[in-house]
Amino acid sequence: MSTENKKKGFSRRKFLTRSAIGLGVILGSGYLSRNLIRRYLAGAINELEPSYQGNTKSPSLWFEITAANEIILHSPKVEMGQGTFTGLAQIAADELEVDISQIQVVHAASASGNLDGLSTGGSTSISGLWQPLRELAATMREMVKQAAAQQMGVDVAELSVNNGVITAAGKSLTYGAVVKEVSEWVVPKTPPLKPIKDYKFVGKPVPRVDLRDKVLGAPIFGMDATMPDMLFGAVVRPPMIGATYAGADTAAAAKMPGVVKIVSEPDFVGVVATSRMAAENAKQAIQANWTTEKSWQTADIEAMIKVGQGTPYVIQKSGNAQRLLAAGEDIITAEFKSPIGAHAQLEPNGAVAFVEGDKATIMISTQVVKLTRGEVAKRLGIAEENVNIQPTFLGGGFGRRLHTPNAVQAAVLSKAVGKPVKCFFDRQEEFQNDTFRPPTHHVLKAKLDADGMIAAIEHNVSSGDVMFGSPMFPALAEPLLGADVGAWRGGMIQYGAIPNYQTISWRVKLPFATSWWRSLGLLANTFAIESFMDELALKAGKDPVEYRLAQIQDDEAGTRLKSVIRAAAEKAGWRDEVVDGRAMGFAASTDAQTPCAQVVEVSIENEEIKVHKVTCAIDPGLAVNPDQVRAQCEGAIIMGLSATMYEQMIVKDSVLYPTIYGPYRMALMRDAPREIDVVILENTGVPGAVGEPPLGPIGAAIANAVFRLTGRRLREMPLAIA
Amino acid sequence: MEVSFLINGVSQRVDVDADTPLLWVIRDILDLKGTKFGCGKAACGACTIHIDGEAVRACAYAVKFAEGKSITTIEGLSVGDKLHPVQQAWMEEVVPQCGYCQPGFMMATAALLEKIPQPTDQDIDDNIVNVCRCATYYRMRKAIHRAAAIKQETR
Repeated sequence: MSTENKKKGFSRRKFLTRSAIGLGVILGSGYLSRNLIRRYLAGAINELEPSYQGNTKSPSLWFEITAANEIILHSPKVEMGQGTFTGLAQIAADELEVDISQIQVVHAASASGNLDGLSTGGSTSISGLWQPLRELAATMREMVKQAAAQQMGVDVAELSVNNGVITAAGKSLTYGAVVKEVSEWVVPKTPPLKPIKDYKFVGKPVPRVDLRDKVLGAPIFGMDATMPDMLFGAVVRPPMIGATYAGADTAAAAKMPGVVKIVSEPDFVGVVATSRMAAENAKQAIQANWTTEKSWQTADIEAMIKVGQGTPYVIQKSGNAQRLLAAGEDIITAEFKSPIGAHAQLEPNGAVAFVEGDKATIMISTQVVKLTRGEVAKRLGIAEENVNIQPTFLGGGFGRRLHTPNAVQAAVLSKAVGKPVKCFFDRQEEFQNDTFRPPTHHVLKAKLDADGMIAAIEHNVSSGDVMFGSPMFPALAEPLLGADVGAWRGGMIQYGAIPNYQTISWRVKLPFATSWWRSLGLLANTFAIESFMDELALKAGKDPVEYRLAQIQDDEAGTRLKSVIRAAAEKAGWRDEVVDGRAMGFAASTDAQTPCAQVVEVSIENEEIKVHKVTCAIDPGLAVNPDQVRAQCEGAIIMGLSATMYEQMIVKDSVLYPTIYGPYRMALMRDAPREIDVVILENTGVPGAVGEPPLGPIGAAIANAVFRLTGRRLREMPLAIA
Repeated sequence: MEVSFLINGVSQRVDVDADTPLLWVIRDILDLKGTKFGCGKAACGACTIHIDGEAVRACAYAVKFAEGKSITTIEGLSVGDKLHPVQQAWMEEVVPQCGYCQPGFMMATAALLEKIPQPTDQDIDDNIVNVCRCATYYRMRKAIHRAAAIKQETR
């Protein structure tokens, strides 16, 4: 990331207020200045993730203290595997002065009032709640202590606290006992927080708080949810791209055994039945009509995703790369591509809904509790406050649950029959109605100076939308930003010591839904840029690691990036030579201010790429739970490897394929590296992003190693050498 | 059709359409929710259970074939508070992330260890072919070796 765009001391919360004020000003300004403002905003957004918009002042919305002296923490962020519940429990336990075993973390129902206006996503849950949750927990502790002092007839200063037990003058009271006697709370001023070195749980590899439930197979997911007297629903979903619902013949379905009601809406048709089988069988019998405009093929999509088409938006600019790269025989150019990617999370989307009069309850795996609530309320024509969203554990998120029309459908079915209804996607519908990772095309250009260093570099990325079209973002942001923030995530040049560089984003609107997929554009953009960096280093005759280090600026971001690059190279024993048929490959990226570098060890076996070992160095600033930081790196590396080497959706006669695991080839046990070595650096003292940044380097690192083994530069995901 | 079988040591009799996948009988009628639906076509392994000791994908197994069989689900893998060695190893290696696919993997692993008590990495690659989108494979491999060791010790 560039020094130009670095905005020091630009706090997250300030950004949220300021951008709201800023929009009017910017829209009122002329076109010329708009480009500058765009780049300013692009830079700011690249470094700042909206993280949390909710209550930071009322401990009683967050903590429930039971008579048994247990603390129930109502989390407005959801648990989708990323370990957020564990991190929050650690943070709360330390400031509450309780043992972590006393804390139980649950999903806050929207009716509880502890509601996040944003999403669980963007690797921001721990970083966004780090300050507010510590303050809330410390305040809660002081509230209980003040009440205890009153009850015990002593001064607060005389109290000592340990594991949720308050002691003074030989007497002891548990938090639970104190709380029982209080009818009205006085919220004190936020007390000072403990120094990080005094924390007992933060910074330690505490086991996940949801570990035992998950090992026992406890019924904690959306698909496990039930309500008394519940019926089963099924909805007919569009079978192809661009299909608009145009009515259905439901006569046969209506007569089938177990069918309670056919529900015909202007935009969809569904069925409610007494069992899942009855609902599914009836759905198969519904003859839905669809209108389509044209027949789409993969080649049509590829032709659309092409740098040079549509409107270019310069999102990063330093010096004058455009002039230097305009013409000349010494300009080095390379192209890269990535395909349509599916989320393929194991738990399908769906919901259990119960609509009673003007009230609704929805149990659902969602990453956007408030948005889900708003959509259900709007469709039912009732007040948002009358809709209670009860989030469950998510059987994978990865961005797939940032859209929840499934909640609306379940609610409509429930309203039609006056009973709770459970309604889920089947697997084929998941694959065909996904909100896909958009395909990308990249054109990179560079010119080297006499010493082989980069004099000028330009990255062009063409991508389908990620952020635009999402109900999470105001439509206002579209004309203002021009380029899709999500599409160019990871697309900026992070080598700030290069004198001339720029990044240009080309926006393409595709005929099917594309959206957030864990790390957004990071994987594809890093694949392109870091493969190209490798080519340039080889062309210059330099070691790829040294070559990178020499072109990184000396500010804080640059220093952190250099330190992860050095750490990964050192831990892996980096060497740029093929030994015993194995080659190393190197790549690095910076995402949401978290730098990450990876070294892979690869061989070719039976004409297939085999990744044996990955060394990963990451600097999340501060690791609240080092073991879960490791777990996120391990998972992100293998998920990124899977997307890089195997995954691809195709379009044939407007139908998206494949529609099942297996044909949608993903990394399995046999494909996972046998060794993953994670090095954690903590160079800021404040927790930053973890869940997505380690997805960045893996694709380029593998392709760079393959080049050393085969002499072939693989420029398209999924990588193919046969 | 009436079908009787033993599940986690308890006799059950259900009256359902003979072609109903066993998975839905287990989840919706017997209310054992640990066995997960992932794909409905035996392609992901999230619904892996044991039928007469063999690992089976319950989503593609019609209930009519369960007559007289002995079924074990993840709920029956532990005995009271005592975890199965596979579950114990999963705890010690802190394997699960989202956790949705994990019961299927643990059931597949428990069945593997009955056939091959000390599996090699190759055995694991060949036999554990379920899908995990959080991609916890690295820790799962370690946990499988650890489970084998725990099982050996407690024998």
